[in-house]
Amino acid sequence: MNNTNKNEWPLWEVFIRSKAGLDHKHAGSLHAADAQMAIENARDVYTRRMEGVSIWVVESKNIHASDPGESESLYDPANDKIYRHPTFYNLPDEVKYM
Amino acid sequence: MNNQKLLLDYTLRLADDALIIGHRISEWCGHGPILEQDIALTNTALDHLGRARSLYQYAAEQFNQLPVEEKKSIFTSVAIQNMVQAGASLDEDDLAYLRDGWDFKNLLLLEQPNIDWAFTIARSFFYDVFNYFFFDQLKASNDASLSAVAEKSLKEVTYHLRWSSEWVVRLGDGTDESHKRMQHAVNELWSYTGEMFTINGTDKAMQQEGVGVNLEGIKQMWTEHIKVVFEDATITIPAGTWMQQGGKEGRHSENLGYILAELQFMQRAYPGMEW
Repeated sequence: MNNTNKNEWPLWEVFIRSKAGLDHKHAGSLHAADAQMAIENARDVYTRRMEGVSIWVVESKNIHASDPGESESLYDPANDKIYRHPTFYNLPDEVKYM
Repeated sequence: MNNQKLLLDYTLRLADDALIIGHRISEWCGHGPILEQDIALTNTALDHLGRARSLYQYAAEQFNQLPVEEKKSIFTSVAIQNMVQAGASLDEDDLAYLRDGWDFKNLLLLEQPNIDWAFTIARSFFYDVFNYFFFDQLKASNDASLSAVAEKSLKEVTYHLRWSSEWVVRLGDGTDESHKRMQHAVNELWSYTGEMFTINGTDKAMQQEGVGVNLEGIKQMWTEHIKVVFEDATITIPAGTWMQQGGKEGRHSENLGYILAELQFMQRAYPGMEW
């Protein structure tokens, strides 16, 4: 690691819940010295236009990602498995919100 | 002074405090040490400015109800005297942009320059602690407008206080360099903290009327709170007891002149200009 990186605050990923009952969604990333500051920075950067009611932050280095080079083997096989979509059922009218 | 003028003085002082600290903090916009803190400060500056607007609107309303002779006796600036002469009513912008330095009643602490991050934090911290207790008490004011402003401001101020307190600890209990700078800023600004609790004629009368708050009580809470945070931050409370005075009476440091020159330039050079 060179000196520039050492002097920079670590990067954090920010997840915002826009209203009660919904999932936290990835909003972006920011720099902060620790988790406390990351939450406050997220409050100031990502919720200033009433975007959210709850914030999660996680240090970016703790996120493990899939390898783009493997996307063919990972995702292409799903292309022709249309039967995995639940579109072959007739829903009774009584079941309202599916 | 009669009660109408005292209430105007009290309202204006709170408005001036909000405008001047808001302006000072806004000077960081685009110059913050890191993007996220730049935005944090800009948000805070806008909170203060929003409070200034509500209070100036209320002050203008009060001013416009005064008899003409009294209107003439309040602000010395030629621009405002001319408006009164012409029978025009004032609005929030006139109060912010057309009054002269000696008509401003803000605390001297708030016009002190940013200098560095530690000075900016120390100034905000001293004021945020004060504001937190002040607005908590002002909620109980029997003046409905001031009580409403207090109610709304308290939420904002609670966050300001959290933000500046954490920075005091971060810098104070940080590296040797950050500790040195934090302690230096606290020492340098200390003599401006006493004025927050000075009780002048306006304070006394407004407290008696049930409009204003008891500054004596706030001083105790402020001192207790500062002690706790400074202990965490390994910052020593300065021993000095001599305190600067004057802002509440319109006697300012030269800093205010520079602030107003920048703040008021457009309206003074191009009267009535809109954008």
